[in-house]
Amino acid sequence: MTDLSDHVVTVSREAPPSEAANAQPPHGLEIVPLRGLPIVGLVLVGLVVTIATNELWAIDFFHIVGGGIWTALDLFLGFVIGPILGRLSIPARIEFTTRFMPKMVLIMPTLVICTLAGGWQLARHLGDLNASYSHHGWVVASFIVVAVMAVVALGVLEPANIAVLFELRKPEPKPEIIGRLMRRFIFTAGITGAMQVATLVIMTRLATT
Amino acid sequence: MPTTLERRLPPIAELAVVSVALMLSGGVYMAAHLPRHPPLAPAVGLLAGGGVLTVVAVVLLARIRPFAWATFFLVARWALLAYVVIAGILGFVFIYDHTRGATLAVLVLTLVVFALDVPMIMAFTVARYQDTGTSAPTAPR
Repeated sequence: MTDLSDHVVTVSREAPPSEAANAQPPHGLEIVPLRGLPIVGLVLVGLVVTIATNELWAIDFFHIVGGGIWTALDLFLGFVIGPILGRLSIPARIEFTTRFMPKMVLIMPTLVICTLAGGWQLARHLGDLNASYSHHGWVVASFIVVAVMAVVALGVLEPANIAVLFELRKPEPKPEIIGRLMRRFIFTAGITGAMQVATLVIMTRLATT
Repeated sequence: MPTTLERRLPPIAELAVVSVALMLSGGVYMAAHLPRHPPLAPAVGLLAGGGVLTVVAVVLLARIRPFAWATFFLVARWALLAYVVIAGILGFVFIYDHTRGATLAVLVLTLVVFALDVPMIMAFTVARYQDTGTSAPTAPR
């Protein structure tokens, strides 16, 4: 994880000041993409209806699809996009960020709530929540992993994401602030990526034993 | 006057993050025991600890002068809306699963503190890097 952070520090130091000063985000940067809100609304309504109707297949669908995409995104972001982002020039990083991060503002919370609410209901229906369930310990371990990821994501990653977008909306964004926040973003994305490996271990254990 | 990067501010975000960690710990503790009725003392202790940290963070935040309050409230109100929806769905799940009485009360209060902490962290993190006084950006789109 430290390596990722170090990469960014190195690149930030190597980037010529003129390059950073010339890095301009596109005008009209959207922090929350409005066009995505109806889709998020539909997904959340679907989730609530699914839970209320106790449709086991649909509950399983929300948990598996939400969890699969969440895990894949975290792993991809932490171990593929993160290191690449750290090696990009500041203008390239800004260009990528202004297109990528607003989408993540909508996608990640939606995936997380679908996975957690669906997973909880699925576990309840299957009896996995009962302390007498032979693998209850693994279920509790999954709660702990999710809690750690939530602290990292909600306490550090997501605020840094939003703060970067606000900085990029300014007429003259400060490269030092963007660099500091991006380091935080990339570092914590690596942590959540690593935690997702633990999630994969736990979920495959639960599914096969 | 120090720049936004040099300026030292109280540990608002740190306090709120610890509070979120306590709320999630309480949530994990309760979830590990449901659908049975767990002993509530540990969850109430975590809730009280998190609640105190949140209050301290709010008090410290309110004393900051000058601060980019327009930006803070802009982010806070949208984030609050989002996390009220998220906490509402989680609350709905617990109620739908017949969680009742004191257990439900502790869970709901835990969700309330959680739904206050996260917007505060986001809004503070954004606002601290804004120039004070002239901070109001255009409305988020």
